Amino acid sequence: MLEVEALSLFYGDMQALDQVSLTVPERQITAIVGANGAGKTSLIRAIAGIHRPSSGRVRYAGQDITGWPSHRTVNLGIGQVAEGRQLFPTLTVRENLELGAAVPRARQAARRTLDDVLALFPRLAERQTQLAGTLSGGEQQMVAIGRCLMGQPDLIMFDEPSLGLAPAVVQDVFRIIRDLAARGLTLVLVEQNVRASLTLAHQAYVLETGRIVLHGTGADLLADDGVRRAYLGG
Amino acid sequence: MALDLTSFWLAISNGELMANTLVKGTLTGLVYGLMALGLSVIFGVVRVVNFAHGEMMVVGMYGAWLLAVHAGLDPLLAMPVMAALLFAGGYLLQRGLINRFVTRPEHVQFLLLVAVAMILANTALMLFGPDARTVQVDYAFDSILVGPLILDLIRIYAAGFAILLTLLLFAFFRFTLTGKAIRAAADNLLGAQVIGLDHQRLYALTFGIGAAAVGAGGCLMLLLIDATPMIASDFTILGFIIVILGGLGSLMGALVGGILIGVSEALAGTLIEPSMKSMVSFGLLILVLLIRPQGLFGRRG
Ligand SMILES: Nc1ncnc2c1ncn2[C@@H]1O[C@H](COP(=O)(O)OP(=O)(O)OP(=O)(O)O)[C@@H](O)[C@H]1O
Ligand SMILES: [Mg+2]
Repeated sequence: MLEVEALSLFYGDMQALDQVSLTVPERQITAIVGANGAGKTSLIRAIAGIHRPSSGRVRYAGQDITGWPSHRTVNLGIGQVAEGRQLFPTLTVRENLELGAAVPRARQAARRTLDDVLALFPRLAERQTQLAGTLSGGEQQMVAIGRCLMGQPDLIMFDEPSLGLAPAVVQDVFRIIRDLAARGLTLVLVEQNVRASLTLAHQAYVLETGRIVLHGTGADLLADDGVRRAYLGG
Repeated sequence: MALDLTSFWLAISNGELMANTLVKGTLTGLVYGLMALGLSVIFGVVRVVNFAHGEMMVVGMYGAWLLAVHAGLDPLLAMPVMAALLFAGGYLLQRGLINRFVTRPEHVQFLLLVAVAMILANTALMLFGPDARTVQVDYAFDSILVGPLILDLIRIYAAGFAILLTLLLFAFFRFTLTGKAIRAAADNLLGAQVIGLDHQRLYALTFGIGAAAVGAGGCLMLLLIDATPMIASDFTILGFIIVILGGLGSLMGALVGGILIGVSEALAGTLIEPSMKSMVSFGLLILVLLIRPQGLFGRRG
């Protein structure tokens, strides 16, 4: 459903992505694994239209969306749970969630979606009037996921959703990701918790300094010696 | 010039005079607040300092003057017209010009807006000349008595509409989806992009809203002072003082800062010398910056 073809991205003179090609099949979990600075976040932002690629193509549901700004890609159903959550700290939890449904595709059903999201995250229902910046890390991640769901995405790109969270909360996040996959959403998963993400993923790509160096099923990569050495500690 | 201490003490010990001065200053200050609100909103969201702010106010004043002279329209009725025109102008300025400069160094943005200011001020000078323009409304000399206070009707109207528009602005940012989206873009631009808010459009709307506020403020100012091209840069600076006093980007700060400056100007006029009023404003600014560098309502950091 999402196809990336020979995508390159520069920050000034610094090349962050070098001819990256990958395919994200519908209703599957695709993991992207790579060390710090490999270009995982850059890839997600180039797909989302937050950064403009210098060359290459992005296709989604048969449409060429290369270089589309994010307000158009999000409106196509490409959602994102961003690295560092990227909430609006001085807005309330409820306002954060409401704004997730500001894109035209989601506006009509916003009220109903809000009820669904609050049912999914009862903790947030209790904290609707609290400023998002005052929540705990785990709660903020729930807001980030809920806010993304408010946009009624068909595809969600998760960028390090478990980073900095307590182990119990990490379990919650992975449970939610499994639930979303079971509901038929298409997922891209970038995780520093490589073992967990490869276990979940149908297929995975390994990104090294802006290049795809390996591709296979999650199980293949879990068994790969190079991957074990580099990302699984032996 | 020697300060006349006798008249100073006479004035300050005159309770009625002081009360009237405070009220007059507050009413004028509310109009200042509306004007500065526009500057604060633009800075708080777009992170661009509108160096053409006073010039935009003067555009509002001349527009209201033209509508009064040629269409017999009261400046209060000219206000929605000028607000709409300045909204459109601010929107297009941001969309067409400033958006291309947001990633440029700050001094380039500074020059861009100074250029806009010069063009506006010189156009006003060309079209209207240096002479003061004023409107006569039939309630110009009416006043109402409340106890010891003599309230000029014209000032009450101006302040009343300033409060109304300020409340409308507050409500817009608090309750509408677009207002929340603008606050969100100010809070975290990347976050706004992540959820698909069109920040360029939001920036243009914000600049439009800021320009509309100062344009409406200009219509109200025309009730209180004469329009000349020369006051434009004074009001740009006055706007800065108010916004920095109140705290950059804070709406409440702009309002309170406006009232503070209005009151201090009125006090300076009554107690010291009308021509000293801007010196007092600057003094107040320095004082606040020393005690509370982030301004009265500003957040630290
Ligand atoms: N906005 C930016 N401007 C300049 N350089 C950037 C920017 N964002 C990222 N980079 C650089 O691009 C490279 C790729 O960064 P990116 O954030 O995409 O990596 P990542 O794989 O997500 O890393 P991490 O695991 O640390 O999140 C890094 O060298 C980084 O320093
Ligand atoms: Mg990253």
